[in-house]
Amino acid sequence: MADGSVLVIAEPSEGQLAPVTLEVLGVGRRLATTLGVPLAVALLGQEVERQAEELIARGADRVYLLVDPRLVPYQADTWVPVLADLVRDSGATIVLLSHTQTGREYGTRLAFRLGTGIVTDCSDVQIDTDGRLLAIKPVYGGNAVAEYKLAGDGVQVASLRPKLFDPAPRLAEHQGEVVRREVQLAPEAVRTRAGARVRAAVAGPDLENAQRVVAGGRGVGGPENWHLIEELAEAIGAAVGASRAAVDAGWVPGPLQIGLTGAKISPQLYIAVGISGAVQHLAGCTGARTIVAINRDPEANIFRHAHLGVVGNLKEVLPALIRKCRELTAQ
Amino acid sequence: MDIVVCIKQVPDPEIPPSQFKVDEAAKRVVPPPGVQPVISTFDLHAIEAALQLKERHGGKITVLSLGPASVRDALKRAIAMGCDAAVQLDDPAFEGGDSFATAVALAAAIRKLGAFDLVLTGRQASDWDSGQVPSALAELLGIPGAVPVQKIELRDGTLYVERVTEDGYQPIEMPLPAVLGISNEINQPRYPTLKGIMAAGKAQIPVWSAADLGLTPDQVGERGRRVILTRLYVPVRESRCEFIEAETPQEAGEKLALRLREARLI
Repeated sequence: MADGSVLVIAEPSEGQLAPVTLEVLGVGRRLATTLGVPLAVALLGQEVERQAEELIARGADRVYLLVDPRLVPYQADTWVPVLADLVRDSGATIVLLSHTQTGREYGTRLAFRLGTGIVTDCSDVQIDTDGRLLAIKPVYGGNAVAEYKLAGDGVQVASLRPKLFDPAPRLAEHQGEVVRREVQLAPEAVRTRAGARVRAAVAGPDLENAQRVVAGGRGVGGPENWHLIEELAEAIGAAVGASRAAVDAGWVPGPLQIGLTGAKISPQLYIAVGISGAVQHLAGCTGARTIVAINRDPEANIFRHAHLGVVGNLKEVLPALIRKCRELTAQ
Repeated sequence: MDIVVCIKQVPDPEIPPSQFKVDEAAKRVVPPPGVQPVISTFDLHAIEAALQLKERHGGKITVLSLGPASVRDALKRAIAMGCDAAVQLDDPAFEGGDSFATAVALAAAIRKLGAFDLVLTGRQASDWDSGQVPSALAELLGIPGAVPVQKIELRDGTLYVERVTEDGYQPIEMPLPAVLGISNEINQPRYPTLKGIMAAGKAQIPVWSAADLGLTPDQVGERGRRVILTRLYVPVRESRCEFIEAETPQEAGEKLALRLREARLI
């Protein structure tokens, strides 16, 4: 079965397909078409059969279905050996997955178990002129961009940054096959015992999934002005976030932090108030479609990344902005 | 509980973007003059996690770092924070390695140290952001692991950890020894104490070469890489920012609201 295929690994998800899987599927479809090879998907879990139909309708030529109670909930000790066997048997030359908190673990373990390498957290992947994978990713907190190729001639593994790629669209009458595979797991390979995922309570709209986000930084000046951030967020139905400076100063709790070490947001609208735009912060908001910056300093780095900007004192700009937003959204 | 913590020294991630320079021909970042390299942020959380486990369960903490003479400062800081011993891995053969090649040297050094219960690293380093070393160590050492980890507890010799997920966490139990990649949610790293700084000043930090670890030059560094860096550059970012022109801040606020409405963003 060495068919040179592109193999997408579906993110662990009970019930519906994870949105990130569709993002990786779309990228996989593009690479498979460029190379003229089949696009396959590894679908692991329980009660995932219906996801297979959806994957085929959106461009998969083949779905490997590995159904076994031992694969739920996800743990590296069960997923990695099962995936390694599948990749070896399938003859895939490229393996793609989403760089979620979970993908970062099994993707890397899988690559090393296969004796190959991985480029993690890619912002783009392409087929180079030699037919090999070219993987592109931001490094140094987004200050630089690195391009990589895999050494040797082994399987090429890359994980893609979530929420950066469009989900694979439904294709008219796309056909594909479902291949059921038996799951073989040596008991001694499973050293860990994982429990079900626990959802942490987050107040207000979930920051990472919000369509609009308003965040404040050091420029807000103190907790006594923070109500302006909250009022603006409320006026436009946005989630509230903060820069590390505002969290470190103790004005707001840690879960509100946006940045490399905090939430990664990808809203339609992001309004950054009194945030200078340190790379650590920008690493958390590059997925935003429209960035609006309000800052006193016209030289602030945030304006290099913003689409719309207001240079001014936020204590004067925000009340007028809040009033007008309330007026407009009430109409 | 004997713990090995692997740390990395990186250029200070807080330097302003204007000072950030890349040598495209050499595919290297040019460190700004006068800015001291630092311990990568998540690695500080790994050190703190090790110290808290030692306070509760006893044992010894050994810190490892691969890099040139400057990493001795990072290792001394770890001792000043309370770690017991440190080893520097340095050899021309180690230069230019990727995450995997680095993990090969670290894994060999961990084996050379002898028996251990736990290996801790940061979830990822703030330079290349690969996040591969903890997973590579788990594979190379053939022991279980988890990443990114926000909580560690030892209950009757079994490790209980919480692995960070997008919407919360996943609890996992595993036997010792294990490798954990530590996330920032876990703790607030402490500052060195005066007593610690004195201890760091007196500490003997051995240097181990590839030969000391029983490794050949083609297993590590540039030759041991599994991914090849083909290009490194600073992205050209032309400002596309449309500034709202107004006579007063109030007018700017109102105009911004109208502009957002016009673009159907609110």
